[in-house]
Amino acid sequence: MSGLFESRRSKFLELRLRRKGSGVPFSPKPGMDPLFEKCPRCGRAVSKLDWYKGLNVCPGCGLHRPITAYQRLSMLLDSGTFREINASLTGRDPLQFPGYRDKTRGLHQRTGLGEAVVTATGKIDGMPLVVAVMDSRFLMGSMGVAVGEKVARAARYAQKKKLPLVIFCASGGARMQEGILSLMQMAKTAAAIEEFQRAGGLYIACLTNPTTGGVSASFAMLGDITLAEPEALIGFAGPRVIEQTIGQKLPEGFQRSEFLQDHGFIDAVVPRSKMRDTLVQLLALHTGKRR
Amino acid sequence: MARNLTAAQRVALARDPGRTSPLDYVQGLFTDFFEQRGDRLFGDDAAIVGGIARFHGQPVSVICTRKGKNLEENLKMHFGMPEPEGYRKAQRIMTQAEKFGRPIFTFVDTPGAYPGMDAEERGQADAIARSLALMSRLTVPMITVICGEGGSGGALALAMGNRVLMLENAVYSVLSPEGFASILWKDSSRVEEACGVMKLTAQDLLELGVIDEIVPEPENADGLGARLRIMDGALMKQLDAVKRLKDPARHRQEKFAAMGGAWIRGGNT
Repeated sequence: MSGLFESRRSKFLELRLRRKGSGVPFSPKPGMDPLFEKCPRCGRAVSKLDWYKGLNVCPGCGLHRPITAYQRLSMLLDSGTFREINASLTGRDPLQFPGYRDKTRGLHQRTGLGEAVVTATGKIDGMPLVVAVMDSRFLMGSMGVAVGEKVARAARYAQKKKLPLVIFCASGGARMQEGILSLMQMAKTAAAIEEFQRAGGLYIACLTNPTTGGVSASFAMLGDITLAEPEALIGFAGPRVIEQTIGQKLPEGFQRSEFLQDHGFIDAVVPRSKMRDTLVQLLALHTGKRR
Repeated sequence: MARNLTAAQRVALARDPGRTSPLDYVQGLFTDFFEQRGDRLFGDDAAIVGGIARFHGQPVSVICTRKGKNLEENLKMHFGMPEPEGYRKAQRIMTQAEKFGRPIFTFVDTPGAYPGMDAEERGQADAIARSLALMSRLTVPMITVICGEGGSGGALALAMGNRVLMLENAVYSVLSPEGFASILWKDSSRVEEACGVMKLTAQDLLELGVIDEIVPEPENADGLGARLRIMDGALMKQLDAVKRLKDPARHRQEKFAAMGGAWIRGGNT
Protein backbone atom coordinates (compact mmCIF):
# COMPACT_ATOMS: atom_id res chain seq x y z
CA MET A 1 0.00 0.00 0.00
CA SER A 2 2.75 2.45 0.93
CA GLY A 3 4.37 1.78 -2.42
CA LEU A 4 1.20 3.00 -4.10
CA PHE A 5 1.22 6.21 -2.12
CA GLU A 6 4.89 6.72 -2.89
CA SER A 7 4.17 6.48 -6.59
CA ARG A 8 1.24 8.86 -6.26
CA ARG A 9 3.38 11.23 -4.29
CA SER A 10 5.98 11.32 -7.02
CA LYS A 11 3.22 11.89 -9.58
CA PHE A 12 1.93 14.78 -7.56
CA LEU A 13 5.36 16.33 -7.25
CA GLU A 14 5.83 15.94 -10.97
CA LEU A 15 2.56 17.74 -11.64
CA ARG A 16 3.41 20.45 -9.20
CA LEU A 17 6.70 21.14 -10.85
CA ARG A 18 4.92 21.52 -14.13
CA ARG A 19 2.58 24.07 -12.66
CA LYS A 20 4.86 26.70 -11.31
CA GLY A 21 3.31 28.45 -8.38
CA SER A 22 0.71 25.80 -7.59
CA GLY A 23 -0.12 25.52 -3.91
CA VAL A 24 2.17 23.61 -1.63
CA PRO A 25 -0.28 21.37 0.15
CA PHE A 26 0.89 21.25 3.72
CA SER A 27 3.36 24.04 4.23
CA PRO A 28 3.22 25.12 7.85
CA LYS A 29 1.71 28.49 8.54
CA PRO A 30 3.31 30.72 11.19
CA GLY A 31 2.25 29.64 14.64
CA MET A 32 1.19 26.20 13.51
CA ASP A 33 2.75 22.99 14.71
CA PRO A 34 5.07 22.14 11.85
CA LEU A 35 4.74 18.37 12.22
CA PHE A 36 1.19 17.75 13.36
CA GLU A 37 -2.11 19.21 12.34
CA LYS A 38 -5.25 18.58 14.34
CA CYS A 39 -8.30 17.21 12.59
CA PRO A 40 -10.78 20.10 12.56
CA ARG A 41 -13.60 17.70 13.42
CA CYS A 42 -12.37 15.05 15.86
CA GLY A 43 -9.39 16.98 17.16
CA ARG A 44 -6.99 14.11 16.69
CA ALA A 45 -3.38 15.21 16.14
CA VAL A 46 -2.38 13.78 12.79
CA SER A 47 1.11 14.08 11.40
CA LYS A 48 1.52 16.01 8.20
CA LEU A 49 2.90 12.89 6.62
CA ASP A 50 -0.23 10.94 7.54
CA TRP A 51 -2.50 13.66 6.17
CA TYR A 52 -0.45 13.47 3.03
CA LYS A 53 -0.39 9.69 2.77
CA GLY A 54 -4.08 9.51 3.60
CA LEU A 55 -5.02 11.86 0.75
CA ASN A 56 -6.13 14.46 3.28
CA VAL A 57 -8.61 12.12 4.97
CA CYS A 58 -8.49 12.01 8.77
CA PRO A 59 -7.38 8.52 9.92
CA GLY A 60 -9.40 8.99 13.08
CA CYS A 61 -12.88 10.09 12.00
CA GLY A 62 -12.69 9.78 8.20
CA LEU A 63 -13.26 13.48 7.56
CA HIS A 64 -12.54 14.20 3.90
CA ARG A 65 -10.79 17.56 3.82
CA PRO A 66 -10.62 19.45 0.54
CA ILE A 67 -7.79 18.69 -1.82
CA THR A 68 -6.54 20.82 -4.65
CA ALA A 69 -7.36 20.08 -8.25
CA TYR A 70 -3.76 19.11 -9.01
CA GLN A 71 -3.58 16.81 -5.98
CA ARG A 72 -6.75 15.15 -7.20
CA LEU A 73 -5.34 14.71 -10.67
CA SER A 74 -2.10 13.28 -9.33
CA MET A 75 -4.13 10.78 -7.29
CA LEU A 76 -6.08 9.65 -10.31
CA LEU A 77 -4.03 9.82 -13.46
CA ASP A 78 -1.28 7.49 -14.62
CA SER A 79 2.12 9.08 -14.29
CA GLY A 80 3.12 11.19 -17.25
CA THR A 81 -0.30 11.16 -18.95
CA PHE A 82 -1.66 14.49 -17.67
CA ARG A 83 -2.14 17.09 -20.37
CA GLU A 84 -4.12 20.16 -19.43
CA ILE A 85 -6.51 21.63 -22.00
CA ASN A 86 -7.67 25.23 -22.09
CA ALA A 87 -5.24 26.07 -19.31
CA SER A 88 -5.10 29.65 -20.52
CA LEU A 89 -8.87 30.13 -20.66
CA THR A 90 -10.06 32.79 -18.25
CA GLY A 91 -13.06 35.07 -17.94
CA ARG A 92 -13.34 38.82 -17.87
CA ASP A 93 -15.40 41.03 -15.63
CA PRO A 94 -18.84 41.50 -17.20
CA LEU A 95 -20.36 43.47 -14.31
CA GLN A 96 -17.15 45.42 -13.65
CA PHE A 97 -17.68 44.31 -10.11
CA PRO A 98 -15.53 46.26 -7.63
CA GLY A 99 -12.46 44.29 -6.61
CA TYR A 100 -13.23 41.23 -8.73
CA ARG A 101 -10.25 41.48 -11.07
CA ASP A 102 -7.79 41.93 -8.22
CA LYS A 103 -9.30 39.00 -6.38
CA THR A 104 -8.98 36.56 -9.29
CA ARG A 105 -5.48 37.81 -10.05
CA GLY A 106 -4.44 37.24 -6.44
CA LEU A 107 -5.96 33.76 -6.43
CA HIS A 108 -4.13 32.92 -9.61
CA GLN A 109 -0.86 33.93 -8.03
CA ARG A 110 -1.52 32.11 -4.76
CA THR A 111 -2.91 28.87 -6.17
CA GLY A 112 -1.48 28.61 -9.69
CA LEU A 113 -5.04 28.07 -10.92
CA GLY A 114 -6.26 30.00 -13.95
CA GLU A 115 -9.86 29.41 -12.88
CA ALA A 116 -11.94 27.27 -10.53
CA VAL A 117 -11.74 24.19 -12.76
CA VAL A 118 -8.83 22.34 -14.34
CA THR A 119 -9.64 20.36 -17.48
CA ALA A 120 -7.30 17.78 -18.90
CA THR A 121 -6.81 14.61 -20.82
CA GLY A 122 -4.99 11.70 -19.29
CA LYS A 123 -5.15 7.99 -18.58
CA ILE A 124 -6.41 5.99 -15.67
CA ASP A 125 -4.93 2.48 -15.60
CA GLY A 126 -4.10 2.90 -19.26
CA MET A 127 -7.62 4.02 -20.22
CA PRO A 128 -7.74 7.48 -21.80
CA LEU A 129 -10.33 10.01 -20.67
CA VAL A 130 -11.16 13.67 -20.35
CA VAL A 131 -11.30 14.90 -16.78
CA ALA A 132 -12.41 18.14 -15.17
CA VAL A 133 -11.60 18.88 -11.54
CA MET A 134 -12.97 21.84 -9.64
CA ASP A 135 -10.96 23.54 -6.95
CA SER A 136 -12.78 25.17 -4.06
CA ARG A 137 -9.85 27.44 -3.27
CA PHE A 138 -10.80 29.58 -6.25
CA LEU A 139 -13.84 31.59 -5.10
CA MET A 140 -15.51 28.50 -3.63
CA GLY A 141 -15.27 26.71 -6.98
CA SER A 142 -17.98 29.02 -8.25
CA MET A 143 -19.07 28.80 -11.87
CA GLY A 144 -18.67 31.91 -13.96
CA VAL A 145 -18.27 32.22 -17.69
CA ALA A 146 -14.80 30.61 -17.74
CA VAL A 147 -15.77 27.58 -15.64
CA GLY A 148 -18.91 27.03 -17.72
CA GLU A 149 -16.94 27.33 -20.91
CA LYS A 150 -14.17 24.97 -19.77
CA VAL A 151 -16.67 22.32 -18.68
CA ALA A 152 -18.64 22.64 -21.92
CA ARG A 153 -15.46 22.47 -23.97
CA ALA A 154 -14.28 19.42 -22.02
CA ALA A 155 -17.57 17.70 -22.92
CA ARG A 156 -17.26 18.68 -26.57
CA TYR A 157 -13.63 17.55 -26.66
CA ALA A 158 -14.58 14.19 -25.12
CA GLN A 159 -17.35 13.87 -27.71
CA LYS A 160 -15.01 14.64 -30.57
CA LYS A 161 -12.33 12.22 -29.35
CA LYS A 162 -14.90 9.61 -28.25
CA LEU A 163 -13.50 9.53 -24.72
CA PRO A 164 -15.27 9.13 -21.39
CA LEU A 165 -15.69 12.24 -19.24
CA VAL A 166 -15.18 12.38 -15.49
CA ILE A 167 -15.94 15.57 -13.57
CA PHE A 168 -15.05 16.17 -9.93
CA CYS A 169 -17.43 18.81 -8.68
CA ALA A 170 -16.63 21.12 -5.78
CA SER A 171 -18.58 24.32 -5.93
CA GLY A 172 -20.74 26.68 -3.96
CA GLY A 173 -22.74 27.42 -7.11
CA ALA A 174 -22.90 30.24 -9.62
CA ARG A 175 -20.30 33.02 -9.52
CA MET A 176 -22.19 36.01 -8.13
CA GLN A 177 -19.60 38.49 -9.38
CA GLU A 178 -20.46 37.67 -13.00
CA GLY A 179 -24.20 38.04 -12.51
CA ILE A 180 -26.69 36.63 -14.98
CA LEU A 181 -23.97 35.29 -17.29
CA SER A 182 -23.01 32.85 -14.52
CA LEU A 183 -26.59 31.64 -14.46
CA MET A 184 -26.46 31.07 -18.20
CA GLN A 185 -23.51 28.70 -17.71
CA MET A 186 -25.96 26.23 -16.16
CA ALA A 187 -27.78 26.08 -19.49
CA LYS A 188 -24.53 25.93 -21.42
CA THR A 189 -23.00 23.07 -19.43
CA ALA A 190 -26.23 21.06 -19.21
CA ALA A 191 -26.67 21.36 -22.98
CA ALA A 192 -23.08 20.28 -23.69
CA ILE A 193 -23.32 17.29 -21.36
CA GLU A 194 -26.67 16.27 -22.81
CA GLU A 195 -25.31 16.37 -26.34
CA PHE A 196 -22.22 14.40 -25.33
CA GLN A 197 -24.34 11.72 -23.65
CA ARG A 198 -26.75 11.44 -26.56
CA ALA A 199 -23.76 10.86 -28.81
CA GLY A 200 -22.97 7.80 -26.68
CA GLY A 201 -20.42 9.33 -24.32
CA LEU A 202 -19.99 8.06 -20.76
CA TYR A 203 -20.12 10.80 -18.12
CA ILE A 204 -19.23 9.99 -14.52
CA ALA A 205 -19.99 12.76 -12.04
CA CYS A 206 -18.02 12.69 -8.77
CA LEU A 207 -19.51 15.03 -6.19
CA THR A 208 -17.25 16.32 -3.44
CA ASN A 209 -17.76 18.76 -0.61
CA PRO A 210 -19.54 21.04 -1.40
CA THR A 211 -21.62 20.63 -4.56
CA THR A 212 -24.46 23.13 -4.34
CA GLY A 213 -26.39 25.81 -6.22
CA GLY A 214 -25.96 26.26 -9.94
CA VAL A 215 -23.37 23.51 -10.31
CA SER A 216 -25.50 20.90 -8.55
CA ALA A 217 -28.52 21.97 -10.62
CA SER A 218 -26.69 21.54 -13.92
CA PHE A 219 -23.82 19.24 -14.91
CA ALA A 220 -23.26 17.72 -11.43
CA MET A 221 -26.65 15.96 -11.47
CA LEU A 222 -26.50 14.69 -15.04
CA GLY A 223 -24.03 11.83 -14.71
CA ASP A 224 -24.71 8.46 -16.29
CA ILE A 225 -23.14 7.39 -13.04
CA THR A 226 -23.01 9.64 -10.01
CA LEU A 227 -20.50 9.06 -7.22
CA ALA A 228 -19.93 11.12 -4.10
CA GLU A 229 -17.25 11.35 -1.46
CA PRO A 230 -18.49 10.59 2.07
CA GLU A 231 -20.37 13.31 3.93
CA ALA A 232 -20.12 15.87 1.13
CA LEU A 233 -22.71 18.64 1.22
CA ILE A 234 -24.82 18.25 -1.92
CA GLY A 235 -27.97 20.20 -2.71
CA PHE A 236 -29.55 23.08 -4.52
CA ALA A 237 -30.28 25.52 -1.72
CA GLY A 238 -27.66 26.05 0.96
CA PRO A 239 -28.48 24.87 4.50
CA ARG A 240 -28.67 28.41 5.86
CA VAL A 241 -31.20 29.48 3.24
CA ILE A 242 -33.35 26.44 4.01
CA GLU A 243 -33.17 27.11 7.74
CA GLN A 244 -34.26 30.69 7.16
CA THR A 245 -37.15 29.52 4.97
CA ILE A 246 -38.52 26.88 7.32
CA GLY A 247 -37.53 28.63 10.56
CA GLN A 248 -35.87 25.62 12.15
CA LYS A 249 -32.55 23.82 12.33
CA LEU A 250 -31.86 21.09 9.81
CA PRO A 251 -31.31 17.57 11.10
CA GLU A 252 -27.83 16.07 11.24
CA GLY A 253 -26.73 14.61 7.93
CA PHE A 254 -29.27 16.56 5.84
CA GLN A 255 -28.03 17.10 2.26
CA ARG A 256 -25.00 14.91 2.84
CA SER A 257 -23.86 12.24 0.37
CA GLU A 258 -25.38 9.38 2.35
CA PHE A 259 -28.71 11.25 2.54
CA LEU A 260 -28.74 11.76 -1.23
CA GLN A 261 -27.96 8.10 -1.73
CA ASP A 262 -30.86 7.14 0.54
CA HIS A 263 -33.14 9.42 -1.48
CA GLY A 264 -32.10 7.93 -4.78
CA PHE A 265 -29.89 10.60 -6.32
CA ILE A 266 -26.46 8.98 -6.08
CA ASP A 267 -25.22 5.59 -7.20
CA ALA A 268 -22.50 5.14 -4.62
CA VAL A 269 -20.69 6.91 -1.83
CA VAL A 270 -17.01 6.23 -2.44
CA PRO A 271 -14.22 7.08 0.00
CA ARG A 272 -11.31 8.95 -1.49
CA SER A 273 -8.97 5.99 -1.02
CA LYS A 274 -11.27 3.86 -3.22
CA MET A 275 -12.11 6.48 -5.84
CA ARG A 276 -9.43 5.58 -8.34
CA ASP A 277 -10.20 1.85 -8.17
CA THR A 278 -13.90 2.57 -8.61
CA LEU A 279 -13.24 4.71 -11.67
CA VAL A 280 -10.96 2.00 -13.10
CA GLN A 281 -13.76 -0.53 -12.64
CA LEU A 282 -16.39 1.72 -14.25
CA LEU A 283 -14.23 2.85 -17.15
CA ALA A 284 -13.23 -0.75 -17.89
CA LEU A 285 -16.89 -1.78 -17.91
CA HIS A 286 -17.50 0.77 -20.64
CA THR A 287 -14.39 0.39 -22.77
CA GLY A 288 -14.31 -3.34 -23.24
CA LYS A 289 -11.07 -3.65 -21.35
CA ARG A 290 -10.76 -6.98 -19.56
CA ARG A 291 -9.67 -7.08 -15.96
CA MET B 1 -43.92 53.78 -20.96
CA ALA B 2 -41.80 54.17 -17.86
CA ARG B 3 -38.44 54.87 -19.40
CA ASN B 4 -36.26 56.34 -16.70
CA LEU B 5 -36.63 54.03 -13.76
CA THR B 6 -33.72 52.83 -11.63
CA ALA B 7 -33.00 49.11 -11.42
CA ALA B 8 -34.31 49.08 -7.83
CA GLN B 9 -37.58 50.69 -8.96
CA ARG B 10 -37.98 48.03 -11.62
CA VAL B 11 -37.35 45.31 -9.04
CA ALA B 12 -40.21 46.78 -7.00
CA LEU B 13 -42.48 46.90 -10.07
CA ALA B 14 -41.57 43.33 -11.03
CA ARG B 15 -42.59 42.14 -7.56
CA ASP B 16 -45.78 44.21 -7.28
CA PRO B 17 -48.53 41.78 -6.20
CA GLY B 18 -50.97 43.62 -8.47
CA ARG B 19 -48.80 43.07 -11.54
CA THR B 20 -50.28 41.19 -14.48
CA SER B 21 -49.32 37.58 -13.79
CA PRO B 22 -48.17 34.86 -16.18
CA LEU B 23 -51.53 33.16 -15.73
CA ASP B 24 -53.29 36.40 -16.78
CA TYR B 25 -51.35 36.29 -20.03
CA VAL B 26 -52.12 32.61 -20.56
CA GLN B 27 -55.82 33.16 -19.92
CA GLY B 28 -55.90 36.29 -22.02
CA LEU B 29 -53.94 35.11 -25.04
CA PHE B 30 -54.72 31.42 -25.41
CA THR B 31 -58.01 29.64 -26.03
CA ASP B 32 -59.20 26.11 -25.39
CA PHE B 33 -56.80 25.73 -22.46
CA PHE B 34 -56.70 22.23 -21.00
CA GLU B 35 -54.67 22.03 -17.81
CA GLN B 36 -52.42 19.03 -17.31
CA ARG B 37 -51.61 18.26 -13.72
CA GLY B 38 -49.01 16.22 -11.92
CA ASP B 39 -45.59 14.83 -12.60
CA ARG B 40 -46.67 11.15 -12.49
CA LEU B 41 -43.98 10.55 -9.90
CA PHE B 42 -44.93 12.34 -6.73
CA GLY B 43 -47.62 14.97 -7.00
CA ASP B 44 -48.86 18.19 -8.51
CA ASP B 45 -47.14 21.49 -7.80
CA ALA B 46 -49.53 24.43 -7.84
CA ALA B 47 -46.68 26.90 -8.45
CA ILE B 48 -46.43 25.70 -12.04
CA VAL B 49 -49.44 25.57 -14.36
CA GLY B 50 -49.25 23.89 -17.73
CA GLY B 51 -51.29 22.31 -20.43
CA ILE B 52 -52.45 22.35 -24.02
CA ALA B 53 -54.13 25.35 -25.62
CA ARG B 54 -54.56 27.19 -28.89
CA PHE B 55 -52.68 30.28 -29.93
CA HIS B 56 -54.51 31.93 -32.83
CA GLY B 57 -56.04 28.56 -33.57
CA GLN B 58 -52.84 26.54 -33.49
CA PRO B 59 -52.40 23.87 -30.78
CA VAL B 60 -49.48 24.70 -28.51
CA SER B 61 -48.20 23.71 -25.08
CA VAL B 62 -48.13 26.40 -22.40
CA ILE B 63 -46.33 26.43 -19.06
CA CYS B 64 -46.31 29.25 -16.53
CA THR B 65 -45.44 29.92 -12.92
CA ARG B 66 -48.05 31.08 -10.43
CA LYS B 67 -47.66 33.05 -7.20
CA GLY B 68 -51.30 33.11 -6.17
CA LYS B 69 -53.75 35.97 -5.74
CA ASN B 70 -54.34 35.79 -1.99
CA LEU B 71 -52.44 34.68 1.07
CA GLU B 72 -53.90 31.19 1.09
CA GLU B 73 -52.85 30.67 -2.52
CA ASN B 74 -49.50 32.36 -1.88
CA LEU B 75 -48.70 29.85 0.82
CA LYS B 76 -49.83 26.89 -1.25
CA MET B 77 -47.69 28.05 -4.14
CA HIS B 78 -44.77 29.16 -1.96
CA PHE B 79 -45.14 32.62 -3.55
CA GLY B 80 -44.34 31.20 -6.94
CA MET B 81 -41.38 29.07 -5.93
CA PRO B 82 -41.73 25.66 -7.58
CA GLU B 83 -41.04 22.31 -6.00
CA PRO B 84 -39.18 19.59 -7.94
CA GLU B 85 -42.49 18.04 -9.01
CA GLY B 86 -43.36 21.33 -10.68
CA TYR B 87 -40.28 21.11 -12.88
CA ARG B 88 -40.94 17.43 -13.54
CA LYS B 89 -44.50 18.28 -14.58
CA ALA B 90 -43.07 20.86 -16.94
CA GLN B 91 -40.71 18.22 -18.35
CA ARG B 92 -43.67 15.93 -18.97
CA ILE B 93 -45.54 18.67 -20.79
CA MET B 94 -42.50 19.60 -22.87
CA THR B 95 -41.80 16.00 -23.84
CA GLN B 96 -45.41 15.63 -24.90
CA ALA B 97 -45.30 18.85 -26.89
CA GLU B 98 -42.33 17.42 -28.75
CA LYS B 99 -44.19 14.18 -29.43
CA PHE B 100 -47.15 15.99 -30.95
CA GLY B 101 -45.13 18.70 -32.66
CA ARG B 102 -46.55 21.58 -30.63
CA PRO B 103 -44.55 24.77 -30.07
CA ILE B 104 -43.97 25.56 -26.40
CA PHE B 105 -44.63 28.86 -24.62
CA THR B 106 -43.31 29.47 -21.11
CA PHE B 107 -44.18 32.48 -18.93
CA VAL B 108 -41.93 32.99 -15.92
CA ASP B 109 -42.38 34.99 -12.73
CA THR B 110 -40.63 33.32 -9.81
CA PRO B 111 -38.27 34.41 -7.02
CA GLY B 112 -36.55 31.04 -7.55
CA ALA B 113 -36.95 27.34 -6.85
CA TYR B 114 -38.41 26.59 -3.42
CA PRO B 115 -35.60 26.21 -0.87
CA GLY B 116 -37.36 23.84 1.51
CA MET B 117 -36.46 20.54 3.13
CA ASP B 118 -38.99 18.59 1.11
CA ALA B 119 -37.73 20.13 -2.13
CA GLU B 120 -34.19 19.03 -1.33
CA GLU B 121 -35.32 15.53 -0.34
CA ARG B 122 -37.03 15.12 -3.68
CA GLY B 123 -34.08 16.44 -5.65
CA GLN B 124 -34.54 20.08 -6.55
CA ALA B 125 -31.08 20.15 -8.15
CA ASP B 126 -31.82 17.00 -10.13
CA ALA B 127 -35.16 18.35 -11.34
CA ILE B 128 -33.67 21.64 -12.55
CA ALA B 129 -30.65 19.97 -14.17
CA ARG B 130 -32.88 17.58 -16.09
CA SER B 131 -35.14 20.40 -17.24
CA LEU B 132 -32.11 22.23 -18.64
CA ALA B 133 -30.85 19.11 -20.40
CA LEU B 134 -34.31 18.42 -21.82
CA MET B 135 -34.87 21.96 -23.09
CA SER B 136 -31.51 21.86 -24.85
CA ARG B 137 -32.64 19.00 -27.08
CA LEU B 138 -36.39 19.52 -27.68
CA THR B 139 -37.06 19.38 -31.40
CA VAL B 140 -40.02 21.77 -31.25
CA PRO B 141 -39.58 25.55 -31.03
CA MET B 142 -39.91 27.23 -27.66
CA ILE B 143 -40.60 30.83 -26.67
CA THR B 144 -40.01 32.14 -23.15
CA VAL B 145 -41.32 35.34 -21.60
CA ILE B 146 -39.90 36.66 -18.33
CA CYS B 147 -42.96 38.47 -16.96
CA GLY B 148 -41.91 39.62 -13.49
CA GLU B 149 -39.10 38.13 -11.43
CA GLY B 150 -36.69 35.78 -13.14
CA GLY B 151 -35.01 34.36 -10.08
CA SER B 152 -31.98 32.17 -10.49
CA GLY B 153 -31.95 28.50 -11.56
CA GLY B 154 -35.61 28.19 -10.66
CA ALA B 155 -36.46 30.60 -13.47
CA LEU B 156 -33.89 29.31 -15.95
CA ALA B 157 -35.38 25.82 -15.58
CA LEU B 158 -38.36 27.09 -17.60
CA ALA B 159 -36.55 29.64 -19.71
CA MET B 160 -34.33 28.08 -22.36
CA GLY B 161 -36.44 29.31 -25.27
CA ASN B 162 -35.26 29.76 -28.84
CA ARG B 163 -36.44 33.27 -28.13
CA VAL B 164 -36.39 34.77 -24.66
CA LEU B 165 -38.56 37.87 -24.28
CA MET B 166 -38.72 40.08 -21.26
CA LEU B 167 -41.25 42.62 -20.16
CA GLU B 168 -39.87 46.11 -19.84
CA ASN B 169 -40.08 46.14 -16.04
CA ALA B 170 -39.24 42.51 -15.42
CA VAL B 171 -35.92 41.53 -13.84
CA TYR B 172 -33.81 38.41 -14.31
CA SER B 173 -30.81 37.62 -12.14
CA VAL B 174 -28.47 34.98 -10.74
CA LEU B 175 -30.06 35.46 -7.33
CA SER B 176 -32.14 38.07 -5.54
CA PRO B 177 -30.54 41.48 -4.93
CA GLU B 178 -31.00 40.80 -1.19
CA GLY B 179 -29.04 37.55 -1.48
CA PHE B 180 -26.42 39.20 -3.64
CA ALA B 181 -25.83 41.97 -1.09
CA SER B 182 -25.73 39.56 1.82
CA ILE B 183 -23.32 37.12 0.14
CA LEU B 184 -20.91 39.55 -1.46
CA TRP B 185 -20.99 42.40 1.04
CA LYS B 186 -22.31 40.59 4.12
CA ASP B 187 -24.80 43.44 4.32
CA SER B 188 -28.35 42.82 3.21
CA SER B 189 -29.22 46.51 3.60
CA ARG B 190 -27.25 47.37 0.44
CA VAL B 191 -30.05 46.04 -1.76
CA GLU B 192 -30.45 49.16 -3.83
CA GLU B 193 -26.76 49.22 -4.60
CA ALA B 194 -26.92 45.53 -5.53
CA CYS B 195 -29.78 46.23 -7.97
CA GLY B 196 -27.53 48.82 -9.56
CA VAL B 197 -24.50 46.60 -10.17
CA MET B 198 -26.21 43.29 -10.98
CA LYS B 199 -27.35 44.15 -14.51
CA LEU B 200 -30.76 42.63 -14.04
CA THR B 201 -33.03 44.91 -16.08
CA ALA B 202 -34.39 44.01 -19.50
CA GLN B 203 -32.17 46.63 -21.13
CA ASP B 204 -29.04 45.25 -19.42
CA LEU B 205 -29.87 41.71 -20.43
CA LEU B 206 -30.56 42.67 -24.01
CA GLU B 207 -27.11 44.27 -24.14
CA LEU B 208 -25.53 41.17 -22.57
CA GLY B 209 -27.16 38.98 -25.21
CA VAL B 210 -29.15 37.01 -22.63
CA ILE B 211 -32.58 38.01 -24.00
CA ASP B 212 -33.80 38.68 -27.53
CA GLU B 213 -36.55 41.27 -27.18
CA ILE B 214 -38.02 43.71 -24.69
CA VAL B 215 -41.81 43.78 -24.58
CA PRO B 216 -42.94 47.32 -23.74
CA GLU B 217 -45.35 47.89 -20.88
CA PRO B 218 -48.10 50.51 -21.02
CA GLU B 219 -47.79 53.28 -18.44
CA ASN B 220 -51.09 52.76 -16.70
CA ALA B 221 -51.12 49.82 -14.37
CA ASP B 222 -54.61 48.54 -15.11
CA GLY B 223 -54.23 48.52 -18.87
CA LEU B 224 -54.62 44.76 -19.12
CA GLY B 225 -56.11 45.02 -22.60
CA ALA B 226 -53.16 47.02 -23.85
CA ARG B 227 -50.70 44.64 -22.20
CA LEU B 228 -52.31 41.64 -23.82
CA ARG B 229 -52.36 43.32 -27.24
CA ILE B 230 -48.68 44.19 -27.09
CA MET B 231 -47.73 40.72 -25.84
CA ASP B 232 -49.88 39.05 -28.48
CA GLY B 233 -48.16 40.98 -31.24
CA ALA B 234 -44.70 40.12 -29.89
CA LEU B 235 -45.54 36.43 -29.56
CA MET B 236 -47.07 36.23 -33.04
CA LYS B 237 -43.98 37.73 -34.57
CA GLN B 238 -41.61 35.47 -32.63
CA LEU B 239 -43.66 32.34 -33.27
CA ASP B 240 -43.45 33.04 -36.98
CA ALA B 241 -39.70 33.39 -36.67
CA VAL B 242 -39.07 30.25 -34.62
CA LYS B 243 -41.33 28.13 -36.80
CA ARG B 244 -38.97 28.89 -39.65
CA LEU B 245 -35.97 27.48 -37.74
CA LYS B 246 -34.71 24.34 -39.49
CA ASP B 247 -33.44 22.72 -36.31
CA PRO B 248 -34.78 24.37 -33.14
CA ALA B 249 -32.76 22.05 -30.88
CA ARG B 250 -29.46 22.95 -32.53
CA HIS B 251 -30.45 26.60 -32.50
CA ARG B 252 -30.98 26.46 -28.73
CA GLN B 253 -27.73 24.57 -28.14
CA GLU B 254 -25.77 27.11 -30.10
CA LYS B 255 -27.60 30.03 -28.54
CA PHE B 256 -26.81 28.95 -24.99
CA ALA B 257 -23.31 27.71 -25.85
CA ALA B 258 -22.52 31.27 -26.91
CA MET B 259 -23.68 32.85 -23.60
CA GLY B 260 -20.88 34.95 -22.16
CA GLY B 261 -18.58 34.21 -25.10
CA ALA B 262 -17.59 37.87 -25.32
CA TRP B 263 -16.10 37.64 -21.83
CA ILE B 264 -13.74 34.74 -22.49
CA ARG B 265 -10.02 34.92 -23.17
CA GLY B 266 -7.63 32.16 -24.19
CA GLY B 267 -8.22 28.44 -24.56
CA ASN B 268 -6.95 25.86 -27.00
CA THR B 269 -9.79 23.47 -27.89
